[in-house]
Order: sequence, then C-alpha cells, then structure tokens
Amino acid sequence: MNLLTVSGSPHIHSGNSVKKIMWGVVIALIPAMLVSFYFFGLGAINITLIAVVSCLLFEFLIQRFIMKTAVTITDGSAVITGILLAFTVPSSLPFYMVIIGSLIAIGVGKMTFGGLGKNPFNPALVGRVFLLISFPVDMTTWPKPLESAQQLSDVISGPTPLGLMKEGLKSGETVSTMLHDANMPDYIDQLVGNVTGSIGEVSAIAIVVGGIYLLIRKIITWHIPVSFLLSVVVFAGIFWLIDDSKYVDPLFHVITGGIMLGAFFMATDMVTSPMSKMGQILFGIGCGLLTMIIRMFGAYPEGVSFAILIMNAFVPLINSGMKPKRFGEKVQS
Amino acid sequence: MNEVVVYSVISLGAIGAIAAIVLFFVAQKFKVIEDPRLDLVEAELPGANCGGCGFPSCRNFADAVVKTQDLRNLDCPVGGNAVMAKVAPIIGIEASEKDPLIAVVRCNGSKTYAPAKVVFDGPKTCTFAHLLHAGESGCPSGCVGLGDCVSACKFDAICIDEASGLPVVSNEKCVACGACVKACPRSIIEIRKKGKKDRRIFVSCINTEKGAPAKKNCAVACIGCGKCVKICPHDAIVLEKNLAYIDFDKCILCRKCAPECPTGSILELNFPLRKEKTSVNDEKVHTSASEKPLNSINESNQQE
Amino acid sequence: MKTFKKGGVHPAENKIAEKAAIEVLSLPKRVFIPIGQHLGAPAVLQVKKGDKVKAGQLIAKGEAFISANIHSSVSGTVAKIEEINDTSGYRRMAVIIDVEGDEWEEGIDRSASIKKECTLSTEDIIAKVKEKGVVGLGGATFPSHVKLMVPQGKKADVLIINGIECEPYLTSDHRLMLERGEEILVGVSILMKGLRVTKAMIGIEANKPDAIEHLQKLTAGFSGIEVFGLKVKYPQGAEKQLIKALINREVPSGKLPIEVGAVVHNAGTALAVYEAVQKNKPLVERVVTVTGRSVIKPSNFLVRIGTPVSELIEAAGGLPEGTGKVISGGPMMGKALISLDVPVVKGTSGILLMTKAESKRAVVQNCIRCATCSDACPMGLEPYLIGATAAMENWEQAEKERVMDCIECGSCHYICPSGRPLLDYIRVGKIKVGQTMRSRSQK
Repeated sequence: MNLLTVSGSPHIHSGNSVKKIMWGVVIALIPAMLVSFYFFGLGAINITLIAVVSCLLFEFLIQRFIMKTAVTITDGSAVITGILLAFTVPSSLPFYMVIIGSLIAIGVGKMTFGGLGKNPFNPALVGRVFLLISFPVDMTTWPKPLESAQQLSDVISGPTPLGLMKEGLKSGETVSTMLHDANMPDYIDQLVGNVTGSIGEVSAIAIVVGGIYLLIRKIITWHIPVSFLLSVVVFAGIFWLIDDSKYVDPLFHVITGGIMLGAFFMATDMVTSPMSKMGQILFGIGCGLLTMIIRMFGAYPEGVSFAILIMNAFVPLINSGMKPKRFGEKVQS
Repeated sequence: MNEVVVYSVISLGAIGAIAAIVLFFVAQKFKVIEDPRLDLVEAELPGANCGGCGFPSCRNFADAVVKTQDLRNLDCPVGGNAVMAKVAPIIGIEASEKDPLIAVVRCNGSKTYAPAKVVFDGPKTCTFAHLLHAGESGCPSGCVGLGDCVSACKFDAICIDEASGLPVVSNEKCVACGACVKACPRSIIEIRKKGKKDRRIFVSCINTEKGAPAKKNCAVACIGCGKCVKICPHDAIVLEKNLAYIDFDKCILCRKCAPECPTGSILELNFPLRKEKTSVNDEKVHTSASEKPLNSINESNQQE
Repeated sequence: MKTFKKGGVHPAENKIAEKAAIEVLSLPKRVFIPIGQHLGAPAVLQVKKGDKVKAGQLIAKGEAFISANIHSSVSGTVAKIEEINDTSGYRRMAVIIDVEGDEWEEGIDRSASIKKECTLSTEDIIAKVKEKGVVGLGGATFPSHVKLMVPQGKKADVLIINGIECEPYLTSDHRLMLERGEEILVGVSILMKGLRVTKAMIGIEANKPDAIEHLQKLTAGFSGIEVFGLKVKYPQGAEKQLIKALINREVPSGKLPIEVGAVVHNAGTALAVYEAVQKNKPLVERVVTVTGRSVIKPSNFLVRIGTPVSELIEAAGGLPEGTGKVISGGPMMGKALISLDVPVVKGTSGILLMTKAESKRAVVQNCIRCATCSDACPMGLEPYLIGATAAMENWEQAEKERVMDCIECGSCHYICPSGRPLLDYIRVGKIKVGQTMRSRSQK
C-alpha cells in the first residue's frame, strides 16, 4: 500500500551537499596542480597520486575496520586532504614519507576525532608538519623547477626564495642584494610558479584562479583569504617602511611561499575555521600575523602551516566568543 | 659542577618544605568534617549513579540516608532489598522489606495490531516524533518505537523488538530506576510490582479515546468498556477516561479480568497457560495458533 | 529593491498555479469544523447534535482573550460533535455538519458589489472583526481583533500588509490580490481606521509584477496606502523580516511588532476584514491553492472551511499516482498530513502534493561546520549549535543560544549540505525550553 510520508518542515532541500562542496574544492585545485605538473614533472604527478590514493585507502581502512561505520571516501574530503598534503611537500620526497604523511593526516589529523567535520586541525597540515619535524632534510630539499621536470635521475636542488632570503639576511646581507642574487627568481617567475618550493604553492596565479572559482561557487567567502593576505601586507609593510634593507617588501611575502595556498585552501577549510564572519576575519588576521612573525623572527623560513595550525586551536574560543549578531539584539535592553 | 647540584637540591628542597607547610595549614583550615558512615553507606551502594532513587548520585543518596536516619522514603531500586538490608545496620535501624519493582511497557500496539498508516521520516527520537504527529499507527498515545527509553536505560535492560516495534524490558536486568519512565514522551512505561515469580497483570494500553476511534487504530486498545472493572473481586481496577487501570497494590493476580477483555488489552505475563474452558473469550482475538497468544505472553517468548 | 538583510534563502519558486483563476469549489456533502482553528484557546460550543444551522451562523464562541468565533460554513444539520484528527493526527473537537442546501444567515451580503464607504468607529470595527471570527490567514491564525487592540502605552504608526507569499508553490494571496484587489484595499483602509494609523504599506515580492502593478494602480483611489515591490527572498513573509525590509526596524527578541510601532496583517486577512465589516460576512471560506508538480490541474479554490482535503485534491484532478507526501501549507513551513480526511481550516493556505522522489529527504551526514546555516538564518542564530545542543538534550545551553528566537522558517535545514534535520531538533528544543521557561515564570 502506498503510505504517505510524515516529516517535519521544510519539505524541500537546496540540493547542496558535502560531495558538491568537496569536489568543488578539488576542481579549484586543478589549475595549481597542472602548473606543478608542468614545472616539477613526473615527481609532482607521482607524489600527488600517491598522497591521494593513500589518503583514500587509509580512510577506507579506518572507517571499515576500526570505526566500523559507513565508508564515506566518495565524499571527496580525503581526496582534498591528499592533494593538499602533496601540495605542501617537495616533489623529490621519497614515496614512503608521503604514505606516512597521509597516514598521519587521515589517521591522527582526522579520524581520531571522529572523521569528517569533527577534526579541530586541518588534516593535511597535521601530516605536513609531522613530516617536516620528522624528516627535516628531505622536507627542505627543493628540486628546481623545469630542470627537475626534465631530469628524472639526478634531482638538482636549490633553496626556496624565502630560505635564500632568510640565510642571506642572517649572514648580514641587505634585502636589495639578496633580491638580485643569482638564485633569486624575479616576481614574474614567482607569480607563474617558476620557483623552487613545495609542489602546489609555487604559482600564485594558478592558486588565485582556483580561489576565485571557490568564491564564485560560494564554497568559501572572502573573509578569511582577504583578512589573511591583508594582515600579511600590513605587517610586512610596516617593517619594510621602517627598514627596507632588513625587511622585504610585502609583495614578496604575499607571492612567495605558501601564503596563497594557505589563504585560499588551507585556512578556509570549513571544518577548522570559525563560524561567524567576524570570527573568520579575526582568524585570518591571526594566521597572517603568526605567519609573518615566524617568517621574520622564527627559526623556519616559512610559517604558514604552523600559523594555521595554531589558529585552528583557537577556533573553539573564537566561536564561543564571536557569535553572529542576533536579529533584534541591538534594541534589546 | 658540584655547586650546581648542591644549590639545586637545596633550593628545590626549600620550596618543597615551604609548600608542605602551607598545604598543611590550608588543609587544617578547610577541613570538612564528614560523617564516617557516609563512606560506609556509599561503599554498599551499587555505584551506578543512575538517579533511580531520586538523587543525582549514589553519594547524594548516602548523604540523605545518613542525615535523615530514616529509610522509609529512601530506597535504592538498583540494589533492592539486599543492599538496603546492608545499609540499614550502618545507621543503626532495621531495614524494611520492599517489593521488587520493574518497568512495564503499557502498549501492545505492535506492527500487527496497530499497522502503520504513514511513514515517519526524521530524527530517530520519540520526543520529536511525538511532537510532530500521532505516530505511524495513528494512535496518539501509542508507542512510537524510536527507542528514547532504550537510550535512557543505563542497565541495558530495554531493547526494541524488531518484529513488533515495541520496547521489551528484561526481567533480569531491569532495576526499576525509572529513567525510561522519564524519557518516554507519552508516559507509556510504568514502574510496577515485579510480582511473585515475575507474574504480572496489567492493562497494556494508555489510550484515553473512546472505544471506536481507539479500536480503529489498534486492535488491542483498551476501549473502556468496564467489563474488567465489574468482574474484579477486589476492586483493583478503576476506569477513568475510557481507560482501565489495574492497581498493583490491590491486585492479587487472580486472572479473572484478562479473559473478560474484549480486545485483549489486559496482559498476563509469565503465567502458566490457561485451561481450555476458561478461554472462551480469548477466541475472539486468538484466531490462529501461529499468532502469539495475546493474553498470556511469556517473557521468554516476548524476547525472541 | 528593498529586502531584509540578514540571512534568507531563495528556493525555486515553482508558482505553478499562479495563472489559475480562483474557482469556487462545489459544496461538500459533509463538513468538519474544528472549534480550535486559531492560535489560543478553543472556542466554546454553541450548538448541539441535531441542530439545524445556516451558513454564517455562530457555532462556537471565542470566550478567552486570545480566541476566535467559529461560524458554520454551510447550512444543514449538526450530525455529530466529536473528536476528529487534526493535521498531525492528534484529536481535536469538531462540529460535523451534514450539508443541506445553501441557506445563509440573514444580513449577510454575498453580492459582488464593492462597498467602499466605512462609517463605523474604531471600536465598532474591532467588535465586528471579533464577531465575525477573523484570524490571520497567512498561516499563524492569530485572532485579528487582538492585533487591532493596541496595548496600553504602545502606539502603532504604520500598518503593514503582507502580500509577500514567500513560500514556494503557494499562489492564493497572489490570485486574491489580482482578482479582489479593490476589496483588499478597502479592507486595508478599514484596518487603518481600526488601528488609528494613517499610513499603510503593502509589501509584495517582485515575482508577482502583475499584482504589484494592479494594486499600485488601484491605490490612487485610497489615501495613505502604498505598494512596495520587494526582492524575492525567503522568509520575507515572516512578520519580523517584513518589518525590517519595509521600514528597517528590528523587532526586539521576544517582543511583538507593536514594540516598534508596526502591525502586520496578511492580504487575505484584509479581504476577510472587508467582508466582515462591510458585508457582515463571517470568515467561513478561504482561498486554498492545490498544487505540486505532479498535480494534474493546479488550481486556486475558494473553499468552505471544513471541507475535507480529499475533495480539494479530487477537484484538482485527483491524487496522482506515487504521491509520497501531502502538505498543508507551503513546502518550507507546511505540515505533512497523516491522512487526507482532515478538513480545510482557517489557516490552510495551500495543499501541496509531492511525489515519492520529491519527498525523500537527503541522507544525513556529519556536520562539516560550513556555517551556511548561520549565514542563512534570518534571526542570526546558529542552527548547527542549537541543533547539537538540543540533540544532546542540553536545554540550558539551547536557551542561552536563544532557541526561542527561532521562527521555524526552515532555511537552515533547506541549505544544509549535510542534510541535517536541524529544524527538527530545534523544534524539540523550543518545546522543552518553553516548558522550563513557563514553569520558571509560574514560580
């Protein structure tokens, strides 16, 4: 017999789904991925593939045999974790390290907390930071773009612009000499991605294209990327104005290293970012400031992943402190 | 090198000594004098902190026992008479025997007797289903079968029977703490006397509608005809708002009422099967042998 | 174009029946008139079994302060007075009348002629509205005369007429504004007089350009009434959101619109007020949209109160094969019916049929904390948080998160990518928190 269904209102749904959001992010990552394949060749392709496959596999195994819940690897979140993890490591990284990174990212960063939506930290960054601390040499051996794409056997490595700058400033050089150093790529190369660095972070333009796609699809809002980048610019700008021989100009900071990738893809991760718009702006500013503090005064040349992880830890506090403004609140006595 | 060791030992030792003195005086100053019997009583209690006694934890219960020195209004349903008999001597009084109790589900509107007329789609909680509609069967007071009682039970004593869609209380595990009674949005579950040899008779329905609409939704609803009230030799049954209720303090389990019930809404649990001649009325409902006998369900049978 | 700022969603409008002119539904054989069709206390019965009644005759009297009179919608004999199922399957007392002919009470003007002049005083208008049992026809069914009685110390300065009809599918107000525009405007001016205000604003969403244009033309003949087209956004028809959109005032949390000097009435209510005051006609019929993508003949019917829903569906071409859900009201806030025997009441704005596929809910997944629900909430709440606290039965926390401010518009559930039934949990929270608040205030 045909029975009627009874349920609470609303009876229609927007059709929005976790799958659509996650695969939307994957699509947005494609431009940066293509650029990395061009500059780093087979190494980048291999690492991306291995990271994605092992993330999916670990998620499947953990859900199936440890948590004994429904397997949700098709929702695309593990794919994103895999791609982002691959994007933040050098293309010459040994494969077993990528697999270890994926295990930490999925196992420790995501599943220990209960899976999608419950992890306080960005899983890909958890995996990345674990690798950075465990294998510091391999994680900071950067293959040169283009050259390493052609030569498979013997990888030619070089420093990243940020590492170069940090070393130079430490040994007493001024910013302007470092910017004209033979190893330092010019700004055009940095925008396009013809620099040494992690697989996915090299091309600022490709990342911005992906970010704009996310903004158009309304998967992310402007609050976190804009506040992140603006705070970087302001913070770097103040020091640059004070002493431009010791501190690099803001543009250099924005287009080098992982700031673009971090601002558009890592910090905006829905699960680990604040809920209210004001909270998101605060979160972005915090990320920007911490990144710059680590870059300028810390031991590491790059600080995006640490900055985002530290701010992730503050998200519950931000959430409880910065509520959206209630309707009818301001007039209430 | 030696100096460093000496200095650190001396300084750490000094800090430790000062802290110890401070802590000693603080402990003296803020000492809470507790009745030593409190711990003794608490040690006897089951420690489940179920709240069945009406206190939030076993310690609160022990506190009340020690303070009031009176066990008339205090009872640990989980431990039962055994525990209370141990608790009573600690505070120096005699324990009084209380009848063991058990949770009883007063709805028999299974999928067969009260078939679904609509399909519910939503969060699997009785509270919401109760709020949204009258239930899949259409009976506004029947069990919605989404298991709020199951999740409320801390003793794993209640489960939803797949075939009937109704909760089943385990005779052994239930401690009559009353958590399910509070959880049920329709107050279907009642704490009743466990009865000798676990034998119980009760009206398995709480529908207060008139006969016709009640019967329309559920074949085993109490229609408030009052036949059981008339036959009861001990005035144990009252009829209020079209619903009969058996007072378990007055009932002597004589089994006269059950066969009178035209819909079979009076349940007899764990009784031996009746002899043929007394079950004239049963035939109305017991149409086939394959169907579960309505008026006399055995606990083992029900749990299958 | 004006609209409210905070939150809101835009579901597919699906106004399938907007071109279908209002049809008068033929009289049913039997009507079922519940005595509690409005917000507040049920009315007190005035008839008994076997009584002969005429259409328009008072059959139950609203005696409490918030209550409304109930009139017979047909002429005939009272067959039974007993409990019948309401939309959610719980039982409510109702008067069941067997229809015999169509004889009306004396003094009721049923002609189509429009009577524009109203000479009654404010008090008389309120008394008339009360006597004729007019309630808010937008769905909340709040007795209209109570809204006209401005409490001591408060002052209304503007009357807002709700012609938004922001619910997808529903078209009954749209058709009324097109076909009975002038009468609605007379009703509006009567309401203005009843409230002692000189200004009335009619808000209509931009997806009804014909209604906006039509009413704008007609307002030339009335003073103080203005028509505003508003950007299409759900839930603009909610009282507080409409006030915000039209006059940019925010009703404080837990307060009524009169707090900011506004009173909101539905366009359909304005027509009912016109009929009650000018034509002496009680609220015994209303326009109901019968619609849905599978419906053979989506229509707008003028229906006598108490007609079973099944007759409306029959008149719209019958129940389509594979109907999964029948909803009384719109898809965002309507109630799913448990049977088709329930009657049309004063608050029934539409009957929406959904196929099995449409009525299937999305699979529930983990919350991914995307905050789209907070962004969509027109009240600026955090539905994900309230939903979670309610699911954990943490009622104190739910109250702190202002669960009682929720207007149950359903935007959060509609937009949730994880398909979480947020509103379902919030409703439980509202009930529980409401209970504790009431018991607290009694202490």
